[in-house]
Amino acid sequence: MKVHRMTRRTFLKTGGVVVVAMSVGSVRPGRIAAQTTATADRFLGKTVATDAVDGFLAIHSDGTVTLFSGKVDLGTGARAALRQMAAEELDVPLDRIAMIEGDTALTPDQGPTAGSYGVARGGMQIRRAAATARQALLDRAAQRLGRPVSDLGVIDGVVRPMGGGNGVSYADLVGDQRLNLQVNEKVPLKNPAKFRLIGKPAQRNDVPGKVTGRHGFVHDFSVPGMLHGRAIRPPAVGATLLSVDETSIAAVPGVRVVQIGSFLGVCAEREWDAVRAARQLKATWSPGKGLPEHARLYADLRASALVRDETLATRGDVAAAFAAGGRSLSATYEWPSQSHASMGPSCAVADVRPDRATIWTGSQATHRFRMTFARILGLPQNQVRLIYLDGSGCYGMNGHEDAAADAALMSRAVGRPVRVQWSREDEHGWDPKGPPHLLDIRAAVNDQGEVVAWLSEAWLPAPTPNLPNVPLLAPEAAGIAQPMGISTGLIHQNVDPPYQFPNMRAVIHWIRDTPLRTSNLRAPGKVANCFAVESFTDELATLVGADPVEFRLRYLKDPRGIEVIRRAAARFGWAPRPRARAVDSTASILTGRGFAYVHYKHNETYAAVAAEVEVERRSGRIRVTRLACAQDCGLIVNPDCVRGQVEGCLLQAISRTLFEAVTYDRSHVTSVDWATYPVLAFSDVPAMEIDLIDRPVEPPIGVGEAAGTPVPGAITSAVYDATGVRLRSVPFRPERVQAALKG
Amino acid sequence: MIRLTVNGQPREVLADPETPLLYVLRNDLGLTGTKFGCGLGQCGACTVLVGGQAVRSCVLPVQAAAGQAVTTIEGIGSPERPHPLQATFIAEQAAQCGYCTPGIVMAAKAFLDQTPRPTEAQVKQALGGVLCRCGTHDRVIRAVMRAALTTGGR
Repeated sequence: MKVHRMTRRTFLKTGGVVVVAMSVGSVRPGRIAAQTTATADRFLGKTVATDAVDGFLAIHSDGTVTLFSGKVDLGTGARAALRQMAAEELDVPLDRIAMIEGDTALTPDQGPTAGSYGVARGGMQIRRAAATARQALLDRAAQRLGRPVSDLGVIDGVVRPMGGGNGVSYADLVGDQRLNLQVNEKVPLKNPAKFRLIGKPAQRNDVPGKVTGRHGFVHDFSVPGMLHGRAIRPPAVGATLLSVDETSIAAVPGVRVVQIGSFLGVCAEREWDAVRAARQLKATWSPGKGLPEHARLYADLRASALVRDETLATRGDVAAAFAAGGRSLSATYEWPSQSHASMGPSCAVADVRPDRATIWTGSQATHRFRMTFARILGLPQNQVRLIYLDGSGCYGMNGHEDAAADAALMSRAVGRPVRVQWSREDEHGWDPKGPPHLLDIRAAVNDQGEVVAWLSEAWLPAPTPNLPNVPLLAPEAAGIAQPMGISTGLIHQNVDPPYQFPNMRAVIHWIRDTPLRTSNLRAPGKVANCFAVESFTDELATLVGADPVEFRLRYLKDPRGIEVIRRAAARFGWAPRPRARAVDSTASILTGRGFAYVHYKHNETYAAVAAEVEVERRSGRIRVTRLACAQDCGLIVNPDCVRGQVEGCLLQAISRTLFEAVTYDRSHVTSVDWATYPVLAFSDVPAMEIDLIDRPVEPPIGVGEAAGTPVPGAITSAVYDATGVRLRSVPFRPERVQAALKG
Repeated sequence: MIRLTVNGQPREVLADPETPLLYVLRNDLGLTGTKFGCGLGQCGACTVLVGGQAVRSCVLPVQAAAGQAVTTIEGIGSPERPHPLQATFIAEQAAQCGYCTPGIVMAAKAFLDQTPRPTEAQVKQALGGVLCRCGTHDRVIRAVMRAALTTGGR
């Protein structure tokens, strides 16, 4: 065993390259590597400009088309939908479109795949590029055929006179040559009445590989000469590495230790040896900076030093309305820190050379992180290539980028490609977390039972201005410069209610920090804010003796919002009744129903959810037995993929509401596996009825996040309906419910 | 040298006998369909059949599988010729990210081999030991029931 220990100074001076004497080639190149390299690298040198049609599309002499997408498929079905959108505008068959995703050398920078913008923004860019190409190809065909464009149509990639006669194919018109066209941002898109593919439930082409074990995940990717690496994280947050006892792993063959500042890792030819060595390596660490007491989380949030207050929204005169008297109501809602909890711990392969680096990663933001990796590695950005490969579902920024940084530092240190896969404990313990939320809401009701004032206040960690990325663990431990700060994903949205109360104010108390590193987690902030706003709306409906559905409709003007509410209620079979019933004090299982609504970010998708729950009085266990959801996401590109996303949103939101909370002691996260961080199981799955509203003439407005956001509010209202008890602190684990029932 | 029968083929591997079967399948035999999920036997992503029983390959030392028939996700079907159970997963589009899917398919196969005509409640119960984070549960249940109703999952 050879130990390489470097200070940051020598790491930078030597370029991190260490000569090693070990044989290369014992690792079999996987079939994944072969496929990826062969199909993608022939395009190297192409433009990646977002305003060039060639950035997005290549038309080949065999009639096939390659689509280059900066937006990636994180398991959502975007791969099907984006190909449908391109095929629709081009008028080529869907199965002729291949797709390369998230490769910084080959795809345009369309921003990270986040915020439900994959189809809504990325897909629309692709449609405009494809429509621009089609228009130009019609012009070329008109010249070639000697006929006016108005006589021509396109069928299956062949331009033909509509009245009959010889046509010419795209392949003949282009034949692997560049199109050299600027994307026309105002190009007319296809009339929805003529859609052949958009709106159809095209099957996903990745599913057969996924159910037969042939699909290539980043976890399955390998390159010749690759070592398996594992990073060893400190026992306490912020601890520094004092010493390493390499004799502790003398029994594990062929292990190399990489130490750069307080970054510690091991590499080995065989994966199990890397795993064993990482477990067995003895190191001493400083005590670390410590974590605050978990039990004081929300009290600490409320008492935190403020960066600033921000009035998110305001209408009328809230103070005067409260002062005018009438009944008032107030409540506090708590949402815990949660983990992305990916099924597959994060993984990456990095091949870092003195003058360039290639990193294969499941990152949802390869373009954005190229900058970070160039900086970490001290390389020019154009010599750093990040290539997206499917990871395990991430639902926001999980540990994919951190694993990539681990692999990159180790590859640089050992001079060989390195694959890093995190352990379960790493993933749950060290992924950047969705931040905790604390909200106070207060309202006033006049003598007529009308809500006259609403005030929301939220305590949230302030994002760092102009910080595009979450700082990564490996460079931080190694002492390598990177922008430090907080990034969370617009967590303040939907703190203000969607209802038209005459006097309304929503204030964000931006606080400096939270105990754990944060990032965006599915429906960032919106799910927590909607929980509070919708739960409180139910409390107001109860106060004034109104049916919760009818109460919402009183204060809603937006016809699309009204329609999802009516349709969710209809699907559920919601019979109006004015208030929670009297609770049967003898029943062992109590049942109830609840309702909630969101207009996601106040300008995107509409969703309403009705929930039916059973509460087991003795144990405090809540079961969601039935959910009905109506969603309006504008144009539906692929109804089956949209339905799948709604199912996923609903089920993950049940999981987050009933089970999920990150816990920690004074030094580290203690919810580090599926026993300490439980998630929804098969037996917890309710009957689901989903009503999708398609609006072909409207733009698509996103499906990855919205439908889950009303779920927590619907559940807590259903629990109140069943038990007469309000649960205002997520998650609703049995012990908490039991305590609340005992009052 | 450890001798295994994997997907009907005799295989020999040179590995530390304590190496979990998972790493041997993925790295020595190139069968990457079986996934590492937790290394703790909690999530089921690594589920394979050993002697017809569903086992967690992340915690099973390879020597414990020596001489036994090991079946992985690759061994029951392919995209071109899927197993009837895989075919119903495709028909129901019962995968999102797909990372947990091979383990779920193998757990469902072991269950249907024992219980070819299950109720939906039995399916939910039987899949109690495998996790999915994307929320494909409803489709998985439909796929397993559909396979059971059409072919008994065989």
